[in-house]
Amino acid sequence: MTDPMVKAEAVHKRFGRLEVLKGITLDVQSGEVMCLLGPSGSGKSTLLRCINHLEKINSGRLTVDGELIGYREAGGKLHEMPESAVARQRAQIGIVFQQFNLFPHMTALENVIEAPTRVLKVGRAEARERGRELLAQMELVDKADAYPAQLSGGQQQRVAIARALAMRPKLMLFDEPTSALDPELVGDVLGAMRKLAREGMTMIVVTHEMGFAREVADSVVFMDAGVVVESGKPSQVLSSPRHQRTQAFLSKVL
Amino acid sequence: MPSSEATESAERPERPEDIKAVPVRRPGRWIAAAIVAVVAVAIVHSVATNPRFRWGIVGHYLFDSRILHGVQITLELTVVAMVIGIAGGVGLAVMRLSPNPLVSGASWLYIWFFRGTPLLVQVLFWNFIGALYPRIDLGIPFGPAFIHANANSLLKPFIVSILALGLNEAAYMSEIVRAGFISVDAGQTEAAASLGMGRLLTLRRIVLPQAMRVIIPPTGNETISMLKNTSLVSVIAYTELLYSVQLIYSVSYQTIPLLIVASIWYLAMTSLLYVGQYFIERHYGRGFSRSQKVSMQSRWLGFGR
Repeated sequence: MTDPMVKAEAVHKRFGRLEVLKGITLDVQSGEVMCLLGPSGSGKSTLLRCINHLEKINSGRLTVDGELIGYREAGGKLHEMPESAVARQRAQIGIVFQQFNLFPHMTALENVIEAPTRVLKVGRAEARERGRELLAQMELVDKADAYPAQLSGGQQQRVAIARALAMRPKLMLFDEPTSALDPELVGDVLGAMRKLAREGMTMIVVTHEMGFAREVADSVVFMDAGVVVESGKPSQVLSSPRHQRTQAFLSKVL
Repeated sequence: MPSSEATESAERPERPEDIKAVPVRRPGRWIAAAIVAVVAVAIVHSVATNPRFRWGIVGHYLFDSRILHGVQITLELTVVAMVIGIAGGVGLAVMRLSPNPLVSGASWLYIWFFRGTPLLVQVLFWNFIGALYPRIDLGIPFGPAFIHANANSLLKPFIVSILALGLNEAAYMSEIVRAGFISVDAGQTEAAASLGMGRLLTLRRIVLPQAMRVIIPPTGNETISMLKNTSLVSVIAYTELLYSVQLIYSVSYQTIPLLIVASIWYLAMTSLLYVGQYFIERHYGRGFSRSQKVSMQSRWLGFGR
């Protein structure tokens, strides 16, 4: 078996005196789709943000594609990475936020090509061509010149997915991508994510969409109060959870 | 919004007739309008018939070459001082938001000093800086100097004026810029960071353009203030518009007509700034549909919101 794409070992994260992650250990294989479930405040989003180094972990080890996140190991010591090196790591990991966070002063296409042209120094014409391709994959070709304010939530979120994909990431993180959407728009976004999963993208998805988890996920992890309560195949965790906390949670959301 | 479109087209064939109601009588409005009209007519009448205004002399001096030169100096001072003020303001705002306490403290101290003393005092201070530092040396601090200059020959009235006006403005602008930075949602910075954009690139491409929407209106205000505050440097005998006017009336004793000439020019220049501000605001309003709807006419008539 090859090295996992994401490897977390006893990851701890504190905000002041509040411990949000209390020793998370998990592996995500290349091409795997993992859904993170759990009540709010259980640390799912924090874990995603740690993987992208938007938050620094306090102890433990976190690697993506064999590379330690946010630190450099030399002579048995950890060294903080300079900002440019952190930026280089982040560029390879896409993240889609609950609140979309599109750049409101740029059109959909400009949102998509901003980072490739400025960070990866891709030529403008090439970036535009690929940007249009990605928007087409998200079924948004005719919205390329629209500003985010002119798009529905579902369309905005699909632009956000295209924007993350434009960096050709090896890992995609989704932080409750459909929680801010009107119910009838959820399907479009989940559809786009399903397509991405079929193409073999490694994905970690924090979600409350049990149907999506059941159908698309290769593995499901249930978290509560900063620890992994149980994990396994979706059929097993969702249909016959072993742990009482998982059962209690599922009985509320299903 | 597909749903509203659908209802609109469905209703169109048989649109119900608009209600025609007898409007409420509002005598108060008519009385107020009459009072305003009478006062306005009285003012216009007095201005037009009072011979001491000497409109003939106003007309005679309006395009006098000395006045036009003063107008030009006033414009130059405004532009250069605002450029210094905005650049300095951005720098101070970035410093103020720095995690390094010494850097942010230095910015705080600067703002405290320059906002806390009157601009007129600062103008005079810069004018007499030669008495404090007769020689200005550029070089390694506490070490050898490479360039020497005599302060009195270096600090010409123009330099003194833009230093005083620009450095004072930087303190005010930094607070405006800082408010603009804070107004941009933290999610924007995070989204940029997650795409591998560095801090400076994020500031330039993502934060600043959005902050501009918040920064521009008060900056327009500041520019108008600046245009008028340039008149303060008349105290150091620099021939901007006000001092040019003073030079003329100190000889001809036509004080009132010449002050009117100055006022007409100040009004003309500030009006021009209004137009400029409208176009700049429209540019940075891209993607924010609400601010795009405010047309020039409705703004001018005061029905903008």
